[in-house]
Amino acid sequence: MADLFTIALIFSTVRLSTPLILAALGGLFSERSGVINIALEGMMLAGAFTAAAITYATGSPWIGLIAAAGAGVLLALVHAVACIRYRADQVVVGTAINILMIGVPGFLSGAFFLSSGSTPQLPIEHLVPRAPIVMAFAFVPLTWYILYRTPFGLRLRAVGENPEAADAAGLNVAKIRYSGVLLSGALAALGGAYLSIGQSSLFTRNMTSGRGFIALAALIFGKWRPVQTLLACLFFGFTEAITIQIQGVVKLPSGDNLPVQFIQMVPYVLTMIVLAGFIGHSRPPRALGRPYEKEQ
Amino acid sequence: MMALVFPFIAVIAAFAVGGLFVFAIGDNPFETYRLLIGSALWWPDGIGYTLFLATPLIFTGLAVSVAFRAGLLNIGAEGQLYVAAFATAWVGIVLGSLPAVVLLPLCCATAIAAGAVWGAIPGLLKARFGSHEVINTIMMNFIAIALASYFTQYHYRTPGDPIMQSAPISAHAQLARLGQFVPGLPERIPLNVSFLLALAASGLVYVFLWRTKWGYELRATGSNPSAAEYGGISVPRQIVLAMAISGGLAGMVGINEVLGYRHRYYDGFSDGYGFTGIAVALLGRNHPVGVIFAALLFAVLSRGGVPVDAFTQHVTKDIVQILQGTIILFVAAEAFFREPIGRWLTSLRSR
Repeated sequence: MADLFTIALIFSTVRLSTPLILAALGGLFSERSGVINIALEGMMLAGAFTAAAITYATGSPWIGLIAAAGAGVLLALVHAVACIRYRADQVVVGTAINILMIGVPGFLSGAFFLSSGSTPQLPIEHLVPRAPIVMAFAFVPLTWYILYRTPFGLRLRAVGENPEAADAAGLNVAKIRYSGVLLSGALAALGGAYLSIGQSSLFTRNMTSGRGFIALAALIFGKWRPVQTLLACLFFGFTEAITIQIQGVVKLPSGDNLPVQFIQMVPYVLTMIVLAGFIGHSRPPRALGRPYEKEQ
Repeated sequence: MMALVFPFIAVIAAFAVGGLFVFAIGDNPFETYRLLIGSALWWPDGIGYTLFLATPLIFTGLAVSVAFRAGLLNIGAEGQLYVAAFATAWVGIVLGSLPAVVLLPLCCATAIAAGAVWGAIPGLLKARFGSHEVINTIMMNFIAIALASYFTQYHYRTPGDPIMQSAPISAHAQLARLGQFVPGLPERIPLNVSFLLALAASGLVYVFLWRTKWGYELRATGSNPSAAEYGGISVPRQIVLAMAISGGLAGMVGINEVLGYRHRYYDGFSDGYGFTGIAVALLGRNHPVGVIFAALLFAVLSRGGVPVDAFTQHVTKDIVQILQGTIILFVAAEAFFREPIGRWLTSLRSR
């Protein structure tokens, strides 16, 4: 048992937390501005596919990363226009984007790579196994600083808590929300990009497998605050690392393998418990999910 | 009147966007759509399979609609139908020796009850602690899938079976295929009695929502909770009730899947029925009749994905998801069409 908790487990936790941190920080910018983002999953898929495809086309993972962020922003723009300009239901739009992004990567890879949903294998020298990790961990203090120490952060929180008052104080609510949602797309897409050109070497169909929702859970578990969200991501990354490590190794007294399904459930169950207020209440931004209609 | 026009506009606009995608990769959009829709309209195979595929979508569409009418968004139909499918298979296995007249209704009731319980939990959490049903239903989807997968893998799989599926249910728990009664419909087509149950459920939902006091209270809660509370309606109770009914309807997918089609629990069987149900409900304006038509449309699309995959140069069945996502987007952002149409109508009047 003891040899399981090695330095390898720590590294594995850091690697598995990275996409969650990037996506959860993305979610934070959107939701603190008052726009629910359950489309993190779709935005991650967009980033993962774009990064792999563009890196394959150009041979440069850096261009791949930039393109991924661009794709995320583009997708977030759809979310933002529907939710902010046309005041659509934010959860419904997020669901639409997630369904759309199950289709689009498969569609494009069918057309350009004649495959059923994956991109060609990338050579190892075209991968970026470390840069996104550094970015993810650097973005946490940066996000904290932006959120709590800059005018932009103050405005973002203001339109997320009380858009009427923010508007009365002369802020452009729509514009600030747009910035929040677009930032969110870029960050979530980078998280996805790490999956395809950092952790592995190609895009495969639905490769995020629910990580966008785990990131959302981490955001709620972290009470919409950067540092707590980081800790939640590390914890969820740790449960995933443990799941991989014990698979087929740790036995129950009965001699069966320890069912991994129960460890996989941990983040979801914890999120529900926290949301119900059993372990310190997690309060969402006051105006979350409420479209703002400017008084004429 | 205008309310019925927007779903049509949304579908047409989504097909236009999908057509642009197809055109962009160098295929012919019209040919693609001919394949996509045409193959679903042939008797008996096309129509039989389309109705079979529409069955789960009617159930999930109704499920999302009922919750929506109460002002709730049930993203959890996917989890509810997994729990229900597993539960009904479990009863069909362990109580397999009961006679069909007892076992079959019992299995159906189990599916509905399991879905209802799984749906009521987020309802209770919302009513009691105010935690948002969207997040809780998302979380419970993952929990449901993991639980069902655990029980299948460790307890109800036939030893040595390489496929993640349960042992078969008793023959007494199987629903008849419609091919047994309908002349010209071959029995190999899995369309079964569940389709009739789906139509009956649509009728019942209509009667419940618009012809009973409970349904009235549920809709009152959805349209204005504080007024409902003031009028003596217990809003927390309505929330739990609506989520339980919604979950029960989603759970009926298990009847079609397990009792009517596969006769066992098959891990990961759902082709996103719970999520497509959101599209079905929105497009059908949360009305049972609309839900049936919307379910048929999405069934046609998912049936047509296969020939599109096979007979076009580049287009894959992923076009179905693209159309589905775009339809939801356009229905949700209805103002995108309403604003210009409204302006146009005003300009006509002022002329």
